[in-house]
Formats: sequence, C-alpha cells, structure tokens
Amino acid sequence: MTTDIRVQAGDFDAGKVIDSIRQGRTDIGAIACFVGLVRDLPDKRLLHMTLEHYPAMTEQALREIAEHANERWHLQHVSVIHRYGELKPSDQIVLVSVAAEHRRAAFESCEFIMDYLKTGAPFWKKETTEYGSHWVEARATDTESRRRWEKD
Amino acid sequence: MSGRIEILYFAGLREQLALEHESFELADNIDNMADLLNALRARGERWCDVLAADRPLMMAVNQQMSTPGTAIKAGDEVALFPPVTGG
Repeated sequence: MTTDIRVQAGDFDAGKVIDSIRQGRTDIGAIACFVGLVRDLPDKRLLHMTLEHYPAMTEQALREIAEHANERWHLQHVSVIHRYGELKPSDQIVLVSVAAEHRRAAFESCEFIMDYLKTGAPFWKKETTEYGSHWVEARATDTESRRRWEKD
Repeated sequence: MSGRIEILYFAGLREQLALEHESFELADNIDNMADLLNALRARGERWCDVLAADRPLMMAVNQQMSTPGTAIKAGDEVALFPPVTGG
C-alpha cells in the first residue's frame, strides 16, 4: 500500500488526487473517495469554523489509521488530506480516497478510515456566529460508528 | 519517577485552564497519566473542575493516544484535550 497523508491549511482538488492515484498504474480496479464539508448551521448563521490540531501528532495518527485499514482489507493506496485553520460554510475539510482491486474493499475501508478519523485524529472544531464562538462537542454516534468495526 | 515532562493543552481545555503548555516536574510518585491528573487537580478548584473525573477527557503520550493507565517518564510529551472533533 502506498499512502499520501497531508495535514494542511490550503484547499485540495479531489479530481487531481484521484488522477495522481491512477497515474502510471494499471492494477487498480476501484477508487472510493469521501469529501467532508463545512455545513452551515440550521439558521444559516455560521460565520466560520476554525479547526485546531495537534501538529506533532496529526499526520502520524492519520497514517496509523490508514495502516489499520490495510490490515483489514488489502488496499493499494490511501490518500488522506485534512485541513486546519479558518474555513467557511461549504468549504472542504477532509478527503479520504482509497484504491483497491475491487469495490467492496474500497467502499468499506473508506468508511472505516473516516469513522476512525472522527474519533482518533487530534483535531477540534470551533464554530463562530455573530453571537460568539463555541467548541463543537464530540458525538456519541461517532463513537458508535467506530465501535461497529470492532464487533465485526 | 522524577524529571521533567512537557504538557500540552488543546482546544476548550486550553481556554478553560488559560494555559497552552508547561514544563512539569514529575514527583517520585507519578508513574502514569492517572497520577499526573491527580497532581494537576490538586493545584486548585479550577484544575479540579476542568479535569474532573466525570468530564470527558482524552490524552496522548509522545503523540500516541493513551489512557489514564499509560506510563509516563521524564522527557515525555503529554497532551490533554477534549474528545476530538475532526473530519
């Protein structure tokens, strides 16, 4: 498995990431790609979302999640790009793209990596509206989503 | 185990404690993260509230997610933070 793990402030282009995965290879049968976006608040009042991270730890944590997925499915490539800093509604936050020989491994491992990233990668979101800022709380559903993989 | 460790605080925890990081001298009786948390809580009411046992808290030792039982030693980098919310 090859990996491309990036933690960056700047935006990314999912199409270019997929192109770079395909580049010079004929053994890939399936590429699954997930993009996470900044969603506005129900009253459409989100001014911006700020992503804080633990710089010395994030890249390694994402890499270990990718390797964990590779132990469970045979994967050809994993790309993870996660942004930090100040983002606006509809901005891209994270990309996870997986290449495998067949689609089941690609679909499932892509979801697995996101579920583990949501509960194990050291990032924290803060939402800012005209009334001020508050930290987003972790969700029980994210922990349940990750636990689900541990039962199978 | 004595010697110094570096403690980093992130996100809401950093704001509540008004501290980004510190160099901390390990007393002889601090062997793991649980011991460290007890020592930090002993600093006073604010530390006791923010690091209360019934508050959700995550931690890392040398950039690896860890638990209260994880051993710590001089030279380690330790981080305390709220449950993560990336992705």
